[in-house]
Amino acid sequence: MEPRLVTLKVNGRTHHAALAPNTTLLHALRDLGYTDVKSGCEKGDCGACTVLVNNTPLNACLMLAWLAEGQEIVTVAGLGNAEHPHPLQQAFVDFGAAQCGYCTPGMILAAKALLDEHPHPTDDEMREALSGNLCRCTGYVRIIEAIQNAANELDAEQRG
Amino acid sequence: MLPTNTHLLYPEFDYFAPLTIYEATELLAQYGEDARIMAGGTDLLVQMKMERQQPSYIISLARISALGGIKRLEHGGLEIGPTTTIRALYQYLTSSLQLPISNFQSPTSNLQSLQEACNWFSTIQIMHMATIGGNLCNASPAADSAPPLLAFDAQVTLKSKTSERTLPLTEFFIAPGKSIARPDELLTHIYLPASLPDTGSAFIKIARVTADISQVCAAVRITREGNCAQDARIALGSVAPTPMRATVAERDLIGQTFSLELAEHIGKQAAQEIKPISDVRATREYRQHIAAVIVRDALLRAWERTQ
Ligand SMILES: Cc1cc2nc3c(=O)[nH]c(=O)nc-3n(C[C@H](O)[C@H](O)[C@H](O)COP(=O)(O)OP(=O)(O)OC[C@H]3O[C@@H](n4cnc5c(N)ncnc54)[C@H](O)[C@@H]3O)c2cc1C
Ligand code: FES
Ligand code: FES
Repeated sequence: MEPRLVTLKVNGRTHHAALAPNTTLLHALRDLGYTDVKSGCEKGDCGACTVLVNNTPLNACLMLAWLAEGQEIVTVAGLGNAEHPHPLQQAFVDFGAAQCGYCTPGMILAAKALLDEHPHPTDDEMREALSGNLCRCTGYVRIIEAIQNAANELDAEQRG
Repeated sequence: MLPTNTHLLYPEFDYFAPLTIYEATELLAQYGEDARIMAGGTDLLVQMKMERQQPSYIISLARISALGGIKRLEHGGLEIGPTTTIRALYQYLTSSLQLPISNFQSPTSNLQSLQEACNWFSTIQIMHMATIGGNLCNASPAADSAPPLLAFDAQVTLKSKTSERTLPLTEFFIAPGKSIARPDELLTHIYLPASLPDTGSAFIKIARVTADISQVCAAVRITREGNCAQDARIALGSVAPTPMRATVAERDLIGQTFSLELAEHIGKQAAQEIKPISDVRATREYRQHIAAVIVRDALLRAWERTQ
């Protein structure tokens, strides 16, 4: 099928891309250079491909790219960078919450969506929010610690 | 032949994103079996990646605003648009279940089971993408929303370019992956009748992990009169070729004085009515055993909620 022109807004930047109808948002993003979005299971099970679309965490592997036209897409690189990390990113470093790192972008975005909704999540809420993100390395304990700490950090920031 | 199991989408399809129900039914009339409707895509895209479905055209419902949203009807019932996501329905039900007791007669006051089914539904990401209409039309025996909707006597409306019919959900499921909807029909509405007073409901799902589909699930609704179960529904998932009601167990329950012993007996009766298979998720024997347990527990929970 003929490619069609699709406008994608990613981390505040606008891209015009000619995409075949079968292009998932996952591969459209990776082809645009957003390789912080990972391809794992390709079937909605692992969460490695998680992105925020209008602040909502979705599996980019199960979304056709043209359906994201005009929506605000955020990848983990959109939260912060090495010089100015987001408190979640910093906490993942400080608490050793990443080993191989493959799950990390998805984890951080799922955690971001949680903290946006529940700034003071309980342990159960954290575990539930991460139920769609698999990690084969860390055993999750440090991930939960990191999120708890980032929540405290964000809270302190807000209180100034 | 394309290689299988690459988990990539084969290229040969085109898509439409109609803005109205009529436009969508026109496209369905034109392309028939060659086209597939896509709501959230969480079932369809997985099936296409596994090459179990190979439509030439995809008709997305994403831009048809008339198919979304939840409305309270004048007579007290609820109308749920099929593209309502599981997450949106969960949030709607959670906030209306928190209404004060003076609103007890609100149309959602006894929909706890549906709220629980939405809450148990897979992962946060999938909850945000999956729609209730897609859950029904995919016609999986494991569809989590089916047992509570069956237990509430839900009805569905199917529209084609030239026809429209509304039927009880009990008639909707035909076989695994097969509903009564013709290829040219669109599910346009899901209706729940007005809720009855003195009624409680509950849903229980047993799964390997919460993110997985159920090994067995059950939803019940009981209406109470004094110490009697004046009316009741019992529905189960993942225990037969389609989501099903245990009508003999329902009959045995209605009119009886409610007790733990009765709940236990009804659970066992329901377990006799199901036709489970063994598959990757559970054995037939496990499903048979656990069905009796969760029907009993759901009855006890729903009964508590009638007071
Ligand atoms: C990782 C993962 C976990 C899952 N966990 C669960 C779970 O816990 N419980 C559960 O029940 N399901 C689960 N599912 C299955 C799936 O998410 C649900 O069935 C979901 O509700 C399907 O909705 P959808 O909008 O994504 O459907 P789609 O994939 O868009 O459509 C499904 C089918 O219905 C048809 N269709 C959709 N809407 C209409 C309509 N309005 N009229 C006519 N036909 C229509 C489509 O043509 C297609 O055949 C899971 C799926 C994945 C990938
Ligand atoms: S790659 Fe999308 S969920 Fe695994
Ligand atoms: S750090 Fe390796 S998968 Fe999570």
